[in-house]
This record gives sequence, structure tokens and C-alpha cells, in this order.
Amino acid sequence: MSILEIIGGILLIIGSIFLFLGGLGIYRMPDTYNRLQAGTKATTLGGMSLVLGVGILEPAWIWKALIIIIFIAYSNPISSHALARANYRRGHYPYIKSKDKKNMDAYQEVVPHTKEKEDKV
Amino acid sequence: MQTLTFNQKLGRFILNWIFLMIVWLMFTSTLFWQEVVVGALVSMLLSLASIRLFTCCTLSLLNPVRIFWMIWYFFVFLKALIIANFDVARRVISPSLPINPGIVKFKTKLKTNYSKMVLANSITLTPGTLSVDVVGDTFYIHWIDVETTDPEEAFKIIAEPFEKVLLKIF
Repeated sequence: MSILEIIGGILLIIGSIFLFLGGLGIYRMPDTYNRLQAGTKATTLGGMSLVLGVGILEPAWIWKALIIIIFIAYSNPISSHALARANYRRGHYPYIKSKDKKNMDAYQEVVPHTKEKEDKV
Repeated sequence: MQTLTFNQKLGRFILNWIFLMIVWLMFTSTLFWQEVVVGALVSMLLSLASIRLFTCCTLSLLNPVRIFWMIWYFFVFLKALIIANFDVARRVISPSLPINPGIVKFKTKLKTNYSKMVLANSITLTPGTLSVDVVGDTFYIHWIDVETTDPEEAFKIIAEPFEKVLLKIF
């Protein structure tokens, strides 16, 4: 086994661990926003490191892998932002744990709440 | 849509051409001359068609000082991304699920749309934050563990390290 194969394999393992943690986060978190938090971050680094690992294992693909990494870094946060914004405007308000519910949600000055409580999950 | 002077158009065209050419060379991964000539033609046509769409800046973006700060920004961002992943991993694994979510806001000093987009994207990928919306120069950020609801302090914690570098690039 060459050194490149070892590095590629390690990157694949790291990527799959983070993707798994992202999935677990989507399962455990209480509402959409927290799920997006876990999902976006973990899938970004997980996906990047998987693709980079594949690129290192197959040296002919490394440039294409780099392009895919750039696309992931650009498109992942944009899609999560669009989901979060649409979700809020649709009337699903964030789950808030602390007592001070008024101040914890600054976005209601842009989109006033139309119902009393946040969603139960 | 703003009207552009001829110099701006030319700058955008050349910048677009350079970027598309780089993408073409990465996709084909070869320097065989026929591939390069076809790539130059195709990317020239595409950048002509997309003068108004795909660029933020003119050729001054290729100033070495700015390129240095872009590379610096990449490392700042990578560090934040890795910290963010371990942060999420810690919260997901720990049985008590230590979160205290809420939405905070702050104002940014950035002017152009493109730099705001980059800042919002970076904030999404940094520890515990997710940008929900940008209205004018106000960012609304969902924070998984709210430390403060004061806009100024939230700005210091969330966005300052990125904005310092972005102000030097754009």
C-alpha cells in the first residue's frame, strides 16, 4: 500500500463518519433549524473529504474532485439558507428552550408571527 | 440592473473568461492543444453571454494583495469549518443534547451583494450558526447555543473574523 492510498482511505473514513453524524443529528435535533445546522455542516465537510479521498485514490480525477468540492462549498449553505427562510415564512417558528421567548427570535420583526406557539415536534 | 461602462464590461468579460478557462482545464485535466483551443472558444462565448450575470468584480480582483487575502480567507474558513463539525458532533453525541437555540441579528459593514453572499455562506458553515435571511445590511442568524441577543456582541462573536478579511478582498 502506498502512502497516497493510506491518506485517501483515511479521508474516506473521516468523510463517512461525519456523514453518519450528520444523519444522527437530523434524527436527534428538535426542529427544522437545528436539523439544518447539523445536516449542513456535517454533510459539507463529510462530502468534501469523501470526494477528496476519491480524488487522491484515483489521481486522474483529482481536478474534477476539486471542482466538485468548490460546488459543494458554494451550494450547500445556499440551499440550507433557502430551506430555513422558506420554512420560517411558511409559519414554522423555531423551537426555543430558554424562558425569554420574545428576545430570542429576532427574525419576527421581519416576518410577524401569525400563530401563538412554535411547532411541537 | 445597473448600466456598465465599456471598461467594466471588458474587465468582467476577461475575468469570466479566465475563470471559465480554469474550470475547463480542470474538467478536461489535459493540456493537449486541441482541447485548449476548443475550451478557449467555448469559454469566450460563454463569458460574452454572461457579462451581466456571473461576476462580482472587474480585473482588479486579480491584484496580488487581494489574492493573498483570498488564500488567507480560505484557511480562516477551513479552520472554522472543522471546528464547526466537531462542535456539531459533540452536541449530537452527548445524551443531554446541549442546545439553546434562537435567532439573533446583527449589521454588517459590507456593501456589495456578492460579499454579503460569501459572508452569509461562511456563517452557515461556522460553529453553531445558520444564516436565515439577509435584509439590506442586517443578517438574521439562527444560533444553536445563544450566548447573547445583543446585535453588537453577536456580530463580534459570529462575523468579525470573516468580515475583517472580506473587507480587504472586496
